[in-house]
Amino acid sequence: MRTINGEQITQAVTQLAITAAHDLEPDILDSILAARDRETSELAKSVLDLLITNADIASRELIPACQDTGICTIFITIGQDVFIEGDLHEAVQKGIAVGYQDGYLRKSVCDVLTRKNTGNNVPAVVHIDMVPGDKLHIRFLPKGCGSENMSGLKMLPPSAGIKGAVDFIVNTVVKAGPNPCPPLVVGVGLGGTFEKAALMAKHVLFRPVGTPSDIEEVAQLEAEILKKVNQEGVGVHGLGGCNTALAVHIETYPTHIASLPVAVNIQCHSHRHKELIL
Amino acid sequence: MSLLRANTNITGNFKKIKVPFEQGTIESLNAGDLVHLSGTIYTGRDLTHRLLCELLDQNKALPVDLKGQLLYYVGPSPARPGKIIGAAGPTSSYRMDLYTPRLLELGLPATLGKGRRSEPVKIEMKNHGAIYLATFGGAGALLSQCIKKIETIAFPEAGPEAMFRMDIENFPAVVINDINGRDYFEEIRCRKNND
Repeated sequence: MRTINGEQITQAVTQLAITAAHDLEPDILDSILAARDRETSELAKSVLDLLITNADIASRELIPACQDTGICTIFITIGQDVFIEGDLHEAVQKGIAVGYQDGYLRKSVCDVLTRKNTGNNVPAVVHIDMVPGDKLHIRFLPKGCGSENMSGLKMLPPSAGIKGAVDFIVNTVVKAGPNPCPPLVVGVGLGGTFEKAALMAKHVLFRPVGTPSDIEEVAQLEAEILKKVNQEGVGVHGLGGCNTALAVHIETYPTHIASLPVAVNIQCHSHRHKELIL
Repeated sequence: MSLLRANTNITGNFKKIKVPFEQGTIESLNAGDLVHLSGTIYTGRDLTHRLLCELLDQNKALPVDLKGQLLYYVGPSPARPGKIIGAAGPTSSYRMDLYTPRLLELGLPATLGKGRRSEPVKIEMKNHGAIYLATFGGAGALLSQCIKKIETIAFPEAGPEAMFRMDIENFPAVVINDINGRDYFEEIRCRKNND
């Protein structure tokens, strides 16, 4: 048994919140650079350049890459041999509140009925899972809602087939058009149940951008959908060209014989994600 | 990290535009034009719009006269000590669509945000000779460098959703909807990429 105390978790979450807002990870930056190299539209190419410059200014001057520093989505896996001293949920939420205050990040969370801002970006949306081992793994994704709002979920009948799922995914991206800040990372959850599909669509955004699925058929499907959305000509910020999406990531799960759930979680090019292991 | 220093400037011919708009400027702009905006603008996002429309419902005056002005859809992040502002890129414009016609009615000639406008807003823009511009979402750190001054004008209790007055210099944007009813996003989508 290994003991991890609440204070360690709070400090870790604070650090994740502040660094996520300012430092884009190499996976997304490399993906934007690769998109620039294959871009066909001159205007789109220079906007991609501008996004790289933006990331540079953000990290050098400690200005958030995007003012929408998001609602925090956190996936925590706890090793079965870890003993947590203190209240885990409280420790996480405190980490957010401190990080958003000390990091000069925008507080973007409000009561859903009154729309009154909670003032400290709390609460985060936290998903916890138990795994073997003695580590605590925190994955942190502050989600901007310009892109989140363009997401969708459909409970298809099995007769719709994979083709029906592909059409739904492509349509969700194309219908969103310029709104979610393309080029996008498209997270897809295929199978499971209503909530499992949505959770997978979010969770799969942690896969390094452009890394294909380990399952060959799924990787092929990812490539097919990416090609389709990029033929639609929405392009960088809706300004045309061949880069509506940088990657399509799909996570799958067995489903009911009566069902074909498909969830699409749209992520913008300001794909902020960080993780650490305690 | 393979962070290459890229160009700050967007390739293309930018028209230099003063805000508030001078006589004839709005009419001279066409869908697809790249502009560098300089001068003074006002801001507002979701809650700001709701509060402005509540004032109108109560027959009260708005905090500013919107005639000739540019309204920018933004909720900036807080400034660090010694800085003017935090990140200040655009938010999605469609969420303001419900409120926009009432402001166009009052003489607001131009809005700035990101993404598309609704069909009713496009019709009202044409009726009122108003335009819509988009700037670059997710470039809030870079765009903050074009903001030289910020002042809270109304609704300070709304935090990032307060109404601000900003002085801007060479703020980049693209004209999406012009007074002739053209829509640059739709025109782009018609030239579908089929490689």
